[in-house]
Amino acid sequence: MKKFLSLILALSLVFSLTACSPKQDTKQEPAKEETTKEETSTQGKMPAVAKEDIKVGVIHIGNPADGSGYTYAHDQGIVGMQKALGLDDSQIIRKNNVNDTDPTATETAILECIEEGANIIFGTSWGYMDTMEALAAEYPDVIFSHGSGYKSNGTNFNNYFGRIYQARYISGIVAGLKTESNLIGYVAAMGQENSEVTGGINAFAMGVNSVNPDAKVFVKVTNSWFSPEEETNAAKALLAEGCDVIAQHCDTPNPQLEAEKSGAFGIGYNSDMSKDAPKATLTSAVWDWSQYYTWAVENLINGTWTGENYYGGMEEKLVGISPLNESIIAEGTKEAVQDAEKRILDGSFNVFDGVIETNDGKTVGEEGKTLDDATITGGINWYFKTVTVK
Amino acid sequence: MNKSQENIKVREPLVRTVKRAERSNLDIIKLRIIAFILALVAGGLFILLIGFNPFELYLTIVSGAFRSKMAIQATVKFMIPLLMASLGITLAFKMKFWNIGAEGQIIMGAVFSSYFALFYSDLPHIVLIIIMFISGFIGGGLWGLIPAYFKSKFNTNETLLTLMLNYIALHVISFLRDGPWKDPGSSGFPKIARFEANAQLDKILGVQFGWIVGLILVVVVFIYMVYTKHGYEISVVGESQATSRYAGMNVKKIILRTMILSGGICGITGVIQSAGSDMTLAASVAGGVGFTAIIVAWLANLNPFGILMVSFLFSVLEKGSSVMQSTYGLSTYSASVLQGIILFFILGCEFFIRYKFVLRHKGGNK
Repeated sequence: MKKFLSLILALSLVFSLTACSPKQDTKQEPAKEETTKEETSTQGKMPAVAKEDIKVGVIHIGNPADGSGYTYAHDQGIVGMQKALGLDDSQIIRKNNVNDTDPTATETAILECIEEGANIIFGTSWGYMDTMEALAAEYPDVIFSHGSGYKSNGTNFNNYFGRIYQARYISGIVAGLKTESNLIGYVAAMGQENSEVTGGINAFAMGVNSVNPDAKVFVKVTNSWFSPEEETNAAKALLAEGCDVIAQHCDTPNPQLEAEKSGAFGIGYNSDMSKDAPKATLTSAVWDWSQYYTWAVENLINGTWTGENYYGGMEEKLVGISPLNESIIAEGTKEAVQDAEKRILDGSFNVFDGVIETNDGKTVGEEGKTLDDATITGGINWYFKTVTVK
Repeated sequence: MNKSQENIKVREPLVRTVKRAERSNLDIIKLRIIAFILALVAGGLFILLIGFNPFELYLTIVSGAFRSKMAIQATVKFMIPLLMASLGITLAFKMKFWNIGAEGQIIMGAVFSSYFALFYSDLPHIVLIIIMFISGFIGGGLWGLIPAYFKSKFNTNETLLTLMLNYIALHVISFLRDGPWKDPGSSGFPKIARFEANAQLDKILGVQFGWIVGLILVVVVFIYMVYTKHGYEISVVGESQATSRYAGMNVKKIILRTMILSGGICGITGVIQSAGSDMTLAASVAGGVGFTAIIVAWLANLNPFGILMVSFLFSVLEKGSSVMQSTYGLSTYSASVLQGIILFFILGCEFFIRYKFVLRHKGGNK
């Protein structure tokens, strides 16, 4: 037996030695490259990168070719940034369909961007956060910018998101004026604990309530950011409950398509979904991510990257609503929308102002004050009084 | 021909598949080369169809897998779980026990070891890693033992049972993720916390040391199957259970023992994936590797060194297509189609090495 064991050990030793030696040879050359790169780039904290040397990595959860929804909206932002800064196609590295619940796939995709020389990498989905955090520590020369999460390190790992709740409030006005059954459906990606989704629902319901106090908002949770089938099913269930306007916080336009099929209406999200459901989508709460992407890459080129988090709103034109679908919106919508937009832009109204009643009979907030940003991004775990989760 | 065909007038099908006599090695190599060329041609046509230059794309696949230190590391990273899971199921397959449950065994290995990674992360590093490997082996082994027990006791169909256990394992992760092991700091997003650095596998030459475990396992499994009594018993049971019983072997015991080993190796794969690559327990820990491993094991003819080679080629293809996808802005789906085409020909070739088609003759069979 002893003989046998030593044989195994000897063999495995020999094998592992022979197995590493050829690999080491090939490893020598790229290692040299890396050191020269470091020499040129360690002059400042986050040194300026010449425009020609910029390489942008983008990690998408879906496929930009979907032509609508979350990934499309982000990719349009990248395209907008590329145009604004005059970058070449070869300076953008896209990694599509990267599952954000698969840390290995996430890491592989990000490392591949670094492999191709990316100096700034945008991760667009929530689940990339932990992997980006770890890799940011491992690759201090690369900027990791993560959308929608809450982690950052102040230097090469920041977080970006925006006040989409402002757009949701306004889209709520459009829905509230349109509904006849006074039941509005809302397909939500995540449940009550998720402040981003829950805050969005509340802002929307408050918008509805501001023009139609009788209307109720029914919420259906899919527990996934991107799940075409679940999103369809949720919309179907809400329509069956009698909802005649379907709003959504999920990645595909499927809820809009379902609404169109049954002759109902909808409020899209991420990109202008009237492209997908022209007979149903009244308007969409949309992102113009190019505002952020241009800002971030420009900062890197100018050497003004500070590592601060980004939280833009309607003022920065990061969020807004897509053009109203004139042929199907209710009368008076335009005026009501313009009025609310004006109040948000001049700062007299911040959506989560004053005392807000929740659906379990409690209240949140104080008279004369507004919720602070930290609460809005991480602490909205209650529903507005007209909201019911189905 | 057998009796039933002689007595009952059965209309013979137009084409029959017949197991062919052994081909010479030269023939086999020729066939494989032809299949490879056909695969490249068919794949090339597809590439042309979507408007790219096939030569460029193929070159990108190869160079993408080896172009730099990082690329090679990534290729090796793809290979580790595939190599280990293939070795694991090979033991069972050699016994003709169709273990389709590597996915589940990988997951259970990851689940068992993650318990220690999550809740005992303050143990000394080496102790913790050893405990994680042992618990992973036990987790995977138990998951392999269940179908083996039912097979030996009630002669149940192991293909179905191992397959179904995959789904149970997957739901165990979902249950833990949404409930008891949910990361409290994740603001509602269902996920399990990232492992502390202490519970993560160390890197050797820039890649988690799973690759060394994999290489050692290649040798160990080879020796176990070829030079030990156990290995001999496995192949005898695989050839004929009656023979092995006649030779006085305890078939039940052999099945149980082998499935613990088979599942156990898959379980270790789970440890290596979760603690070396995912750094958390994710539902994607197996991610289809357990199924791909079946193809790898078969292509390699259940030979551990063959498995090493095949799984390496698989990871080159995987890594290379990923680079190709982003370099040319292809959709991930077209990269999958290309992979599928290549696999189709390679697998088809293996079929023709082992079987042949026989056309129906006019004058009945003969």
